[in-house]
Amino acid sequence: MTAPLPIAPLAAPSPWVAAAMIAAVVLTSTTGEVLTAAAMKSIGDLDVIRARTGLKGAIRAVATCPLFFAGVFFLAVAFFSLLFALNHLNLSLVAPASASLTLVTNAIAGKVFLKENVDRRRWAAAVLVCIGVYLLAH
Amino acid sequence: MTAVPSISLTAPGALVAAVFTPWIAGGIALLIAFFASYLTALSWADLTFVLPATALGNVIVALLSKFWLHEAISLERWAGIALITLGVSFVAQGPSLTQRPAPIADPTELEESAVDEVQSR
Repeated sequence: MTAPLPIAPLAAPSPWVAAAMIAAVVLTSTTGEVLTAAAMKSIGDLDVIRARTGLKGAIRAVATCPLFFAGVFFLAVAFFSLLFALNHLNLSLVAPASASLTLVTNAIAGKVFLKENVDRRRWAAAVLVCIGVYLLAH
Repeated sequence: MTAVPSISLTAPGALVAAVFTPWIAGGIALLIAFFASYLTALSWADLTFVLPATALGNVIVALLSKFWLHEAISLERWAGIALITLGVSFVAQGPSLTQRPAPIADPTELEESAVDEVQSR
């Protein structure tokens, strides 16, 4: 027998609050991914930069890009909102829901904000991987 | 982390010490390597190409837990593995980067620069 926890377990949040917590994770992580991707596109091919200026030059190129830090900021917010959601909801709900929904929102955001060519192949991939990740993490 | 004695908020020094435990240090080093490769991939490929491809990591984790940790994989999880692999193979068949017209190909820009050149003479 393990000792009982000193704090009483929290009451389960209503479905709407649970959905809002998962939505917060999905939205912040999508924002972070899009900003990071935009930053890396603005920097250019890192392999080329490294070939020209070495590893230090490549690190400098990334570390002097404000957009990159904006992306990392949102990824950090996404991580902490994930921890917050895990504090209130079950892992078996939060992990598959956030991981799989993020793939679909990223496909939409990639098309809308990054103007990426999301063709039928990529939509199919996003949906298949989304269902697959859900099944694996569930 | 479960090998480390439980850490309380009253002794945050234990958290710093945990970073230097070989397993945790190794984990952090691998996470840094992941992020560096992820950023490099994003610098030459689309987000909608890279993100489904990184989901292959889930498949590797599942296969490692089966053959290394001898965990059982349910039928549902095998289906998940199959779907992810299929999805990644779809995206990998296509181009990795959205082709954009080169800025020099814009005819109005060429004309303007030609006009500037004539005027500067």
